[in-house]
Amino acid sequence: MLNVLNITINYGTDEVVKKVSFTLQNGEILAIVGANGAGKTTLLRALNGTLPLKKGEILLDSKKLKDYSRREIAQKIAVVAQETETKFPVTVLEFVLAGRFAYGGAFGWETETDLTVAENALEMCDLRNFQARLMNELSGGERQRVVLARALATEARILLLDEPTANLDLAHQAMMFRLVRERCKSQAKSAIVITHDLNLASEFADEILLLKGGGVLSKGKPEAVLNAGNLREVFNVEVLLDENPASKKMRVTTIY
Amino acid sequence: MKKKSIDIKTNKFSASRRLGGFLLLLLFLAIFVAALLGSEKLSFFDLNEQQRAILFDIRLPRILLGASVGASLALAGASLQALLRNPLAEPYLLGVSNGAALGTMLAFVFFANLEFARPIFAFAGASLATFAVYQMAKSRAGMNVERLVLSGVIVTTFLSSIIVLLTSLLDAAKLRSFTFWLLGDLSQSTRNGFYLSFAAVLIGLAILISQSRALNLMMIGERDAFDFGVEIERVRLLVFATSSLLVGTAVAASGSVGYVGLIVPHLVRLAIGSDNRFVIPFSAIVGAIFVVFADTLARTLIAPRELPVGAITALVGAPLFIYLLRRN
Repeated sequence: MLNVLNITINYGTDEVVKKVSFTLQNGEILAIVGANGAGKTTLLRALNGTLPLKKGEILLDSKKLKDYSRREIAQKIAVVAQETETKFPVTVLEFVLAGRFAYGGAFGWETETDLTVAENALEMCDLRNFQARLMNELSGGERQRVVLARALATEARILLLDEPTANLDLAHQAMMFRLVRERCKSQAKSAIVITHDLNLASEFADEILLLKGGGVLSKGKPEAVLNAGNLREVFNVEVLLDENPASKKMRVTTIY
Repeated sequence: MKKKSIDIKTNKFSASRRLGGFLLLLLFLAIFVAALLGSEKLSFFDLNEQQRAILFDIRLPRILLGASVGASLALAGASLQALLRNPLAEPYLLGVSNGAALGTMLAFVFFANLEFARPIFAFAGASLATFAVYQMAKSRAGMNVERLVLSGVIVTTFLSSIIVLLTSLLDAAKLRSFTFWLLGDLSQSTRNGFYLSFAAVLIGLAILISQSRALNLMMIGERDAFDFGVEIERVRLLVFATSSLLVGTAVAASGSVGYVGLIVPHLVRLAIGSDNRFVIPFSAIVGAIFVVFADTLARTLIAPRELPVGAITALVGAPLFIYLLRRN
């Protein structure tokens, strides 16, 4: 369980994230939604200790995040960042095995378990025959899936995903979200997803955190947060809200 | 670039062990052959007193020091490249070698009688140069590769100008040996020089191998490494200190031998891929072979006169590097 208690994050003197609080329960998916520059990525980056907090506290399983070592955090929280560029020829399997680093000993040879976990992660991400391929030979969408596979290989309880579907085709977008949801429901793991796709957020998230100017404008069930007033205030657009006939979830259509 | 992939799962370890064994054998062979070649041709049998002295007091210490220096520079290059995510990072280009050279010179000028002052000053010089380059390259947004290379060039040229100023204060006889030494020269080798350099190689190898898996993650990206459990500040400090130690002892013993740290890790990666757990130890062996080979040429090409070994490594290294760059 992750408790975010009234945190503020500064870049220099600018408050980029202001007094944000929320709780992420085991098994839950939380979507972070907001306009560009609303502080979404900054907030996500603070959740695994990358960025220091100006004020407030983050508790991971009731213990302060800053009291954990890097390895301990990496075993509990995995990040799916926006694209990474590699300058050296690294194979897909080597890249995914990086997700097992936190479990390795000092000299760090992978165990059979590490390899099995990495292979399963690749298989889950539809990358079965990609092991020996080089990262810089892959398409953007394939790389994105490898990045997800690396995060899955950590077996961490909390996944932090920063626009994970930005480069993915329709089929793989659905694959990614089904995978994350399946993982959360069956293994009591949880995920925080930054996305610009409000319909994906509505479809897959248990709760939505709507950010405006670094602060929380609204927080709660998708149907409560995604209302016309909130969306007008954040995105300055008019929307049509109805029910998706297939999933019975809220559907958002922009009116141009 | 096509990588000759070694399958981690089935036999990466054993295949690499075989390759490692083969390279070690090649190194011993290179040392053996180098010991026989030179202005005085030797065979290992039937040595007279004078030939024994040449072999054991002059030639072998020099060859072993060459191997040690080659291993040091290649190790420093391989680890700095992974740490800084830049295949062009090299002690010579980053100004680390020049820092060590200036340190050695200062020790030579002020503590001429203390042999051990040189490696200590060289280590201090290398550390200071590394620190300066790193501080200059760092910005609020992190460290980018262009800034790093640029800082390296600035520090290198600045230190070069101080070295030139200092050399102009030397008398003519000293000046010639100094110019030779600056280009990389093994002709002043001593047993103590070898022991010290070899000890640095062993320490450096142990530290760098222990950090090699963390370096695999750093090579992908610092933030990625951090996310997946690497204490980046600690790894950075260890690698900077170790490469300064390696370059410091190497430069104190033999001057600035260029291109070894650039070309050797490059060749190794081309052959076996980018996994630092292999790249680091293999670079050490290949670096040793490369410098033993280059120094043998330096001793024999225009015998009985000699060339500085750094001139040979640059002559071989520069075209080879251009070829590799174009091939990729």
